[in-house]
Amino acid sequence: MRNNRINTWLYRHKGARAALLLALPVLWLAVAYLGSLAVMLISSLWSVDSFTGNTVHSFSFTNFHTLLTQKVYGTIAIRSIGVAVAVTVIDGLLAIPIALFISKVLKPKFRSVVIALVLVPLWASYLVKTYAWRSMFSDGGVISWALKPFGIHGPGFGLTATTITLAYLWLPYMILPIYAGLDRLPNTLLEASSDLGASARTTFTSIILPIIYPAIIAGSIFTFSLSLGDYIVVKIVGGTTQLVANVIADNVGTAGNLPFAAAMALLPIATILGYLFVVRRSGALENF
Amino acid sequence: MSTAIRLSKVAKSFGEVKAVDGVDLEISDGEFFAMLGPSGSGKTTVLRLIAGFELPDSGIIEIDGVDVSQTPPFNRDVNTVFQDYALFPHMTVLENVEYGLKVKKVAKEERIVRARKALQRVKLEGYEARKPGQLSGGQRQRVALARALVNEPKVLLLDEPLGALDLKLRHEMQVELKELQRDIGITFIFVTHDQEEALTMADRIAVFNAGNIVQMGSAKDIYEEPNSEFVAGFVGISNLLHRDGKVISIRPEKIKFGRGGDRTAPGQVVSVMFLGALTRINVAIGADILTVLAENDGTQVFPATGDQIEVSWNSKYEFQVG
Repeated sequence: MRNNRINTWLYRHKGARAALLLALPVLWLAVAYLGSLAVMLISSLWSVDSFTGNTVHSFSFTNFHTLLTQKVYGTIAIRSIGVAVAVTVIDGLLAIPIALFISKVLKPKFRSVVIALVLVPLWASYLVKTYAWRSMFSDGGVISWALKPFGIHGPGFGLTATTITLAYLWLPYMILPIYAGLDRLPNTLLEASSDLGASARTTFTSIILPIIYPAIIAGSIFTFSLSLGDYIVVKIVGGTTQLVANVIADNVGTAGNLPFAAAMALLPIATILGYLFVVRRSGALENF
Repeated sequence: MSTAIRLSKVAKSFGEVKAVDGVDLEISDGEFFAMLGPSGSGKTTVLRLIAGFELPDSGIIEIDGVDVSQTPPFNRDVNTVFQDYALFPHMTVLENVEYGLKVKKVAKEERIVRARKALQRVKLEGYEARKPGQLSGGQRQRVALARALVNEPKVLLLDEPLGALDLKLRHEMQVELKELQRDIGITFIFVTHDQEEALTMADRIAVFNAGNIVQMGSAKDIYEEPNSEFVAGFVGISNLLHRDGKVISIRPEKIKFGRGGDRTAPGQVVSVMFLGALTRINVAIGADILTVLAENDGTQVFPATGDQIEVSWNSKYEFQVG
């Protein structure tokens, strides 16, 4: 008989095993994740002495008062949420047909290749891709050159360029969950719908869409939150456009007003939490 | 009786594989028709061709005298019960059954009445509000049946309808399906690899092998007079005897111990298996092994393994298969 006391003891104590399994991630979550969030929440109540530039460690709601009363921040918030919604809608409209094609039209042997192709851009540097879009949107770039024969000017740098670039960057995050959702949908369901007299359109709206709805929601959480938190794309292709994330970045960097940046950062956090709450209430994540 | 389904020289290949190789088939109105064969024999492809999930490479498919060879499934007057039932998981039982009527724009009141009636027919009243995930395999099967039947199709197609059920339920459903078909008078075409299922339920059976129908006829015809070694072996237990360069088939229940028939052969008992109602005894005769099925009716004493015995049968039960 082998004698291994530690393993035997662990085998008999289920709770100890679970504790061992979770020790590291819990430590990480508590200290690094929740800890930094708490620090941010507290520092949003501090302020900066405008004369010395030092942080004043006394609690006040001045930052929030500024955010709520100065109209420009409201405009920026709405604009940012608008961009995140637009990116999510564009990615949804692009990802559903792509995912449908991969999982239901393509032969199985080609599927993994095409999925790999969808993932390839994620291996390229995010900055390189964004600068590539910058050169395409620039004056005399590919986009304005291609639109010229039709007498249309390219959008140039601004909100449109930001939205298009973000939609490009986050598209794989929408395709993957929808593909996974469609992959679990048996083809016989589509055949059954057709067999019962439904056209392709009816099958799409009454069978496919309701079944992949949780997958679309999962994808939208990615595209929405990634767009809302992005400050680099808007810096590179956004021209003078102000979004919540780059206002936060400017307050951290240029202005050195960390407390105000922290207060501002609560807006995307609250928005995402609100979105998750609505999604949860709709029951979309129950079977995911 | 008029023809419900007619296939003329229908062929379908998948890449290099000829799944269906020039099948001719005629099925009458109100018939209970079985397509029997091993997997890969083309029987399921023929069913899918009739449903419209596959379109033939060549040949003509007619439903009720109309050429539907290139018609999509949603315009064909047939409905299918799928092997995995293919119930819509996000809809209740009632919504599933209603679906076909809904897409055909039947008024809401009427379709609820019809859907309830269809559920009643398959003995599933009271389950209307359940989701398919909350049902047992047998109940899902009934929903699938109701969902197809509610449309009152010309022909009902069933793809291995009882394959996923356990043995006891399968036997119950065999009887029930047969009664249901007799009751509503719709043509049923079902695919199965289970010869017992085909023999018990079908009015007529087509035996498939390698993309073609090798024999077609009533259960009795096919069992009593198999036209090839393949059919003899696939439908029921077959005893093949090699004699004077010919291959003869005899069914195991036709063979008796001792003398009695006009053919007699000496042999040695290889094994004796007690099966409950029957006892299965394998007897070596020359290079061939004959299986004898004898009833355990208490009137005979069975030989033991190793015994030298004689078996006999009537020559009218012999069929030359090769």
